[in-house]
Amino acid sequence: MSAVQTTSPTPDDTRRRGPLAEVFFSLLRSGTFLTGLAIVLFWVACALFGEHFAPYDPLADDILNALAPPSAEHWFGTDQIGRDVFSRVIVGSRDILTVAPLATLLATVTGTALGLLTGYFRGLVDDVVSRILEAFMAIPVVIVALLAIVALGTSKTTVIVVIGLSFAPIIARTVRSAVLAERELDYVAAAQLRHESALHTMFVEILPNVIPPILVETTVRLGYAIFAVATLSFMGFGIQPPSPDWGLSISNNYGMIGGGFWWTVLFDALAIASLVIGVNLAADGVHGALND
Amino acid sequence: MTKSAKAENALELHDLSVAYRVAGRNRAVLRNLSLNIGQGEAYGLVGESGCGKSTVALTVVRYLPRNGSITGGAISLDGQDVMKLDAEALRRARAESVSMVYQDPGKALNPSIRIGRQLTEIFELGGITGQAATDKAIAMLNRVRISDPTSVMQRYPHQLSGGMQQRVAIAMALANDPSMLILDEPTTGLDATVEAEVLDLIAQLRQELSASILFISHNLAVVSNMCDRVGVLYAGMLVEEGPTEVVFNDPRHPYTVALLRCLPRGGQRKDQGRLDTIPGFLPGIGAEIKGCAFADRCALADDRCRSELPPLYDLGGRLSRCFYHEKAQALPRATPSDVAPAPKAAAAPVLRVAGLNKTYTSHGHALRAVKDVSLDLRPGETLGLVGESGSGKTTFARLLLGLVPPDGGGTIELEGKALAPRLENRSDDQIKAMQIVFQNPDSALNRSHSIRHLIGRALKRLAGLSGKALEARLNDLVRSVRLTDRHLAVKPRQLSGGLKQRVAIARAFAGDPRIVVCDEPTSALDVSVQAAILNLLADLQSKEDVSYIFISHDLAVVRYLSDKIAVLYLGRIMELGPSEDVFSGPHHPYTEALLSAVPKLDQTETARIRLDGEIPSATNPPSGCVFHTRCPRKIGAICEQQEPPLAEAQPGHSIRCHIPYAELARLQKEVMTEPA
Repeated sequence: MSAVQTTSPTPDDTRRRGPLAEVFFSLLRSGTFLTGLAIVLFWVACALFGEHFAPYDPLADDILNALAPPSAEHWFGTDQIGRDVFSRVIVGSRDILTVAPLATLLATVTGTALGLLTGYFRGLVDDVVSRILEAFMAIPVVIVALLAIVALGTSKTTVIVVIGLSFAPIIARTVRSAVLAERELDYVAAAQLRHESALHTMFVEILPNVIPPILVETTVRLGYAIFAVATLSFMGFGIQPPSPDWGLSISNNYGMIGGGFWWTVLFDALAIASLVIGVNLAADGVHGALND
Repeated sequence: MTKSAKAENALELHDLSVAYRVAGRNRAVLRNLSLNIGQGEAYGLVGESGCGKSTVALTVVRYLPRNGSITGGAISLDGQDVMKLDAEALRRARAESVSMVYQDPGKALNPSIRIGRQLTEIFELGGITGQAATDKAIAMLNRVRISDPTSVMQRYPHQLSGGMQQRVAIAMALANDPSMLILDEPTTGLDATVEAEVLDLIAQLRQELSASILFISHNLAVVSNMCDRVGVLYAGMLVEEGPTEVVFNDPRHPYTVALLRCLPRGGQRKDQGRLDTIPGFLPGIGAEIKGCAFADRCALADDRCRSELPPLYDLGGRLSRCFYHEKAQALPRATPSDVAPAPKAAAAPVLRVAGLNKTYTSHGHALRAVKDVSLDLRPGETLGLVGESGSGKTTFARLLLGLVPPDGGGTIELEGKALAPRLENRSDDQIKAMQIVFQNPDSALNRSHSIRHLIGRALKRLAGLSGKALEARLNDLVRSVRLTDRHLAVKPRQLSGGLKQRVAIARAFAGDPRIVVCDEPTSALDVSVQAAILNLLADLQSKEDVSYIFISHDLAVVRYLSDKIAVLYLGRIMELGPSEDVFSGPHHPYTEALLSAVPKLDQTETARIRLDGEIPSATNPPSGCVFHTRCPRKIGAICEQQEPPLAEAQPGHSIRCHIPYAELARLQKEVMTEPA
């Protein structure tokens, strides 16, 4: 070839960082995200190592010291059978922080697969699957949980499956709309012009480009999942005794509020609230970083 | 500087420096820029993207993005120091004395407010309300030659075509009779015919108004037609300035010389020589520049150029920032012009299309996107598809590729074998034989994948290679599109537009295709990059004997690369023939209008043909000849009643017109000899 025209083409150095690195750096600058992350990490630490720094065994009763108000000895007081509320709140993060993330993970995986499927194939597949998902979304989680528990019995697995599958349609809807937009781009046509399989196009070509909305939706859903787990536990369909789970503790103790024993409920409630707020702040941060 | 009631200059920039703060560092975008625009003068600012043209426009009204700051210099608008204005005075200056028109009118107009309201709002700011404001708005629309202003006032922006939207944007800009009008690429997104109309409008308005104009464009021909003086911007510095005609006919800076050489001009064709290119790249923003900014890309540069910043030499009414301005035009070519011999013709057609139709259904109406298209293409030949947007060019390409199934009846034959209408039913061999280079590489290249993956995957699927063989072929291919190994590891977003398009070309050539569809492959690129891509396509063609179907709205580009031209209008071929015959005429009245609409650098004012109105809707095409509603050569009722056949006027050259060929020849010769 006679003509030589490019001397030293170099990649544009003002943008040497990859897109994910850029998101990472902008997350580190986001106060919202860092605050949320700090709260969540605090509870994760409690879940992992709670029993090492909880002053008492959260399950040990001390019937003589039941319903003691907060004091230097029992910071958050004791419950009906004398268990230390402070220790129970700390260790009580464990179940909810196992069940809610797993449920969210299940929802994300299932929802992403369904979203890719409906968004990619469109037409009849989309119509049928989307209608089924919408019908599913119309049923309250509690009813589904009730049915599932009757069928499968109560267990953490049941809670994970119930919440995971209830949230999947919502994630599917988000993924579907992102996929519909991606599908119009020419790289999808280029893949078809290579006779790529539908699976390859969906998972190798399209999926990496719809990760950002999935990430945002997942963090948002995690907040809702925590709330849902607490609700189910409170209603008795979720985590079962003797776990010091927050929702369960509130459920066991809320009758005591009338007697003035507020500490048996307040701290568990605050714990749930703080975790949900922490996750939501982090989700806000992720959303901001990805949509800058 | 005069401080009289009317300053001598409408705009003066003095030693202006602007920087953007990126990743914690201030990066210089404009460097000591000085320029003056006189009262009533039209000043053109040209240069490649990234030179700082738009930054100039934003700086004039201190409208820089948040990370931008003016690091030095002065701006004076009508004798008023813009830098010293407080917030309120600045707001008034923006509202009263400067107006801007941006590239994309669709984005400049508020989509949820009727045109009338958007216009009257401007007058209300000036204290005129009610019926008076409405009357003024209608007068404004009349002024920008909108024929039915009352009904346009009632419409929303999306109900107007691009050209109409831009007229409304211009009407809004002129509403308060500004002294300075800034036009930032006002016609870039528009069709040639519409562009011509908008430019005509601006030219006419110039005579009616006193406004000075700052006209920013990458299109040298447009600037040469519109402006009195022109400034060439390079890396935020003015490298040359002077009266438009003088600068474009007798450039004195190597950058201007090189820029002008990149354009296919005067009907240049691929077998007559390659286009010249500008080697290397624009310095990144904020780059440390010692000496002349262009030195790295300039064949005339010596040690002095690299170490010492050349001053702006005053060459009597014109300026050039080059030590060697007298010999700038002696700049050696960066790309040798010699070409490989043209491939032998007269082989059997590689592609044969007969009676191809495509009908979409929109809201219950049939929309004939492509109607009864038949043509064939020989190996090593390029077919250029031209026509306004909405003429069916892209749909036709997608039909060929099988991305969209055609209506029943038509046939597509590849090397003598019928192709299945749908992509899924074509064989792997058929698929790799026909590939495409899309218009927008950002959409065509998957942004999540590395360049190595993008090209490698194509080689694996299309050429069936793997392992060492794939590696070897990958390296060959990358070199043949003049990329280097360093580009393989990066993602598309880390490459410039031209490099991305090379990747797309490499991918299309992975399976040794017989036909490559090029859908506006250079429309998003700068002229210097465009020249390199066109050369590359021409080189690959003579080497691989591949055929192209080349879609472009830029007729000079189509002419450079094409052996054969098909002119489409509302999905129908209006004219089909050898490139030279179609361009030199006699041609179809539509082709004539298209050619006349193109702004030319070496324009000697000829009688121009303008098409009235917009391209009609394809759901309800005009009866008879579909072009009759806009045809300047309509002969009578027959045009409205009877669709003319695509008749062979000369061997290989067909025209769909009721006017006999000899008559067309006579009519069109008249125009050419008409005194200017």
